[in-house]
Amino acid sequence: MATVSRRDFLKLTAIGAGAIGVSELGFDMAHAYEVRQQLRIAGATESHSICPYCAVGCSLIAYTRKNADGSTALLQIEGDPDSPVNEGRLCPKGATAMELANSNRRVEQPKYRAPGASDWQTVSWDFVLDKVAQHIKDSRDRTFVTKDHDGKVVNRCDGIAFAGGAAFSNEEGYFASKVLRSLGLVYLEQQARV
Amino acid sequence: MTNHWRDIKNADLILINGANPAEAHPIGFQWFMRAKLDPQRGPGNGGGAKIIHADPRFSRTSAVSDLYLRIRTGTDVAYFGGLINYVLQHDLHHAEYVKHYTNAPLLINKDFNFKDGLFSGYDAATRFYNVTSWGYDLDGSGSPKRDDSLQNPRCVFQLIKKHYERYTPEMVSAITGIPQADFLKVAEMVGEMGRADKVMTIVYAVGLTHHTTGGQLIRSGAVLQLLLGNIGRPGGGMNAERGHANIQGNTDNALSWEILPGYLKTPAPGQKNIDDYVRHSASKKLGEFSWNFFGTNYKKFTVSLLKSWYGNAATKQNDFAFDYLPKIAENASWLTIFDRAMKGQMEGLMLEGMTATSIGPDVSQILEGLSKLKWLVVLDAFPTTSSEFWHAPGMDPAAVQTEVFLLPATHWIEKDGAFTNSGRWVQWKDQVLPPQGEARHDHWIFADLFQRLKLLYQQHGGKFPDPLMHLTMDYANPLRPELDELAQEMNGKDLKSGKRLATFVKLQDDGSTAAGNWLYTGMYPEKGNLAKRRDGVQDIAKNDPTGMGFFPNWAWSWPLNRRVMYNRASADLEGRPWDPKRAGIKWTGEKWVGDVPDYPSKMNPKDPKAWAPFIMNGEGVARLFSNSMSDGPIPEHYEPMESPVKNPLHPDVSSSPVAFLYDKHAGRPDRFGTPDEYPIVATTYRLTEHEHYLTQQVRKLVELQPEPFVELPEGLAQEKGLQTGDMVRVRSKRGKIEVRALVSKRLGPLHVAGKNVWQVGIPIHWGFVGVAAEMYPEKAQHWLVNALTPFVGDANSRTPEFKAFLVQVEKV
Repeated sequence: MATVSRRDFLKLTAIGAGAIGVSELGFDMAHAYEVRQQLRIAGATESHSICPYCAVGCSLIAYTRKNADGSTALLQIEGDPDSPVNEGRLCPKGATAMELANSNRRVEQPKYRAPGASDWQTVSWDFVLDKVAQHIKDSRDRTFVTKDHDGKVVNRCDGIAFAGGAAFSNEEGYFASKVLRSLGLVYLEQQARV
Repeated sequence: MTNHWRDIKNADLILINGANPAEAHPIGFQWFMRAKLDPQRGPGNGGGAKIIHADPRFSRTSAVSDLYLRIRTGTDVAYFGGLINYVLQHDLHHAEYVKHYTNAPLLINKDFNFKDGLFSGYDAATRFYNVTSWGYDLDGSGSPKRDDSLQNPRCVFQLIKKHYERYTPEMVSAITGIPQADFLKVAEMVGEMGRADKVMTIVYAVGLTHHTTGGQLIRSGAVLQLLLGNIGRPGGGMNAERGHANIQGNTDNALSWEILPGYLKTPAPGQKNIDDYVRHSASKKLGEFSWNFFGTNYKKFTVSLLKSWYGNAATKQNDFAFDYLPKIAENASWLTIFDRAMKGQMEGLMLEGMTATSIGPDVSQILEGLSKLKWLVVLDAFPTTSSEFWHAPGMDPAAVQTEVFLLPATHWIEKDGAFTNSGRWVQWKDQVLPPQGEARHDHWIFADLFQRLKLLYQQHGGKFPDPLMHLTMDYANPLRPELDELAQEMNGKDLKSGKRLATFVKLQDDGSTAAGNWLYTGMYPEKGNLAKRRDGVQDIAKNDPTGMGFFPNWAWSWPLNRRVMYNRASADLEGRPWDPKRAGIKWTGEKWVGDVPDYPSKMNPKDPKAWAPFIMNGEGVARLFSNSMSDGPIPEHYEPMESPVKNPLHPDVSSSPVAFLYDKHAGRPDRFGTPDEYPIVATTYRLTEHEHYLTQQVRKLVELQPEPFVELPEGLAQEKGLQTGDMVRVRSKRGKIEVRALVSKRLGPLHVAGKNVWQVGIPIHWGFVGVAAEMYPEKAQHWLVNALTPFVGDANSRTPEFKAFLVQVEKV
């Protein structure tokens, strides 16, 4: 039944007559598939996403349901059949996107490794943000160049670098670009070069 | 990409170089297969296309190609150069296009020359070209002189023709290893593509970029495409397949040292004010028919950016706070960052979704650089080889004084925002899940850090706090800006009316408009966020009215929702599509219809004063010859820095004469290997089941591809007594890996420059962090492939040469 997409099913069920579905789809497998799909995603919220891996930009549909305790359960991720890019198809990476989304391997709390230490410490957000802000200020103030050797105004920070951005949204990248340049950072780098 | 994924179905011929889309971009590859196999041959439906794959390794892409060419890694300039030579020698170029749409007729400075592998202006002491002699020969009015007969020996057409005369089929074969007969088969097929009713696309990936000649490898393909008249047309173009979900978008947003958002150059020391900056940065109008759109609007885009960032603090009186922008004097790219770190000149580094330890070349130098930092901040959803570098195999944590912070960031599915794909389609996504654990959004971490820093400067003072104090944070909650608010800020608005703009044409240089990224102006006009649009293949007849696959109401594409860049060149001088079956845009007598035109929508092409087609260039035409590259105005073949042979074209100038030699400059020992010690050519590649290093955290994918390996040709394996499954050590001058051997027929012997050469291939995805590393901690000590790769980059972009280096292989 691999050739019958879920959306085809929905269209056929929308026609309303089981007999039409049966005659077009063949009996047992189609029905079983339909029932299974409906059990899994019935009443679920449908959201749109984009595959997090390469830059083909395959559209994803994600199904979620609110649990009784208020948490959100991710039920399924599949290719979006409406997309002119992927027309519902996904490669092995996109097809396992759910495991990336629901991972027990995540970092869930801020961590700190002191100079020379052989272990991480789990720390609070306030701890890391205060310490990192102080580091940025100290390094910036130590390495900031207002005028170069020729007396030309340069207003740049020579001692801090940043690299990243191919994995997060445009708007986050724009914000990072804006904030980092206001600090005078010039050593800015992204995956595009490497 | 000049074009986009679905557009590839429109091609008649597909050249794939430095890429393996069937395995690395499998879903994008469906459009290649539709071009080849779709039985509905007809306008826009493709079918019958041929695919030619030139790659060191036979892959699944090769398996469905019409012709596979085993090419030596890093020699594609010779391949494209040979095709250029064939096209010009046989008069197969698209004559009308070349004459009117490229700089072929323009005359070049009389001091320009090329001799023994060097262009004019070379200074051996500094390994640098003075490019003055690469400019046009200008007339009294400042326009380039031209010869429309294309006969003047100093016109670009004749210079190109002469340059590539040396790229005979014999020479191409001697350099690339491609048998002459195979090369001539390709040349015949490519030669057909200069006809107006034919169109070819060139598709590439990091197999072209990751070389010391990467920029020129791509330019050589672009020159060929221009000669054939294939740029700007559906089914044509130069198309880069990019490898990360938003690598395109955050290039556009300038997380890159040399640009500001929207590809405005970063200002340099000595540029005293905006006018001075624009004078140095913007292209100049050359000739009366050139619109020079980018150059003409450069100041408007810059002032609107500064208004967006500095709001009321950016005034005419203070030159819109131009002093707030840092001025950078030298290259500040990846290799420079780690070079400075090794020298102890870098105090802190922030890594966001990007692991230096695995990504940079020459990992022992990267680890040395990381160890010399005072502090390292890693924002990521998972531990990485960088967050864990201090206890990497072979490191003594007690000796690493770097303070390390690992900040848990949210994942793509835990926040909304747009990703821009390879084809420039900006597609919005929903927040599907709440943050896991205490993870926070990257931009909220930045916003919070920023507020803490601002407070520190307010309380204690410090160096030049003005830009921090005045940076706009006009969000409902400055500690938690919404991505929707940021998308509106990027789009920009009229500051008087407060209304968002629908096009960057409305941006002004008097401070009356703001736009954080002019290239995205139009994505979020008053009527809403167009990146959310979803009129796709559920109704093809309605949603793809031209049949060319533009789907104008699916998401949004920069610039201005244009789906094929430079599309004015898809039609002839009178506005008729070169191929009516595959129209990009066409002139109706009143206006341009089809794709969003790369041209004024009502400019009559028959008007004697109509603009030339390439509106972004100062010349108004495309550049076969360009003075904007640092390593030559015409692409020339140079050997990789580590090569088994001397350059057959000019053995005394074998590799790039201008690639920057970091170790030499820094006084570190030479780290390049020689072919007597390291006789085997190595290249790196990617597998379908993995994406860089992130998928080492996904158990199902690790199960599919559990362990690293080196792929060896059968003949080499025989010489070394190796069989599939044996453990082998691969060594370069810089380091080693120990992985399993995979002996295959996909690699084979090459005969180059009178010598037999073996190539091996190494997938990049493993390291000492992740599911596989936890299963095999002992083995994982020698899995980082960048232990082998050289610390050197492209002469222009400084993109490292990951794809061509020398190794030795031995059984463990």
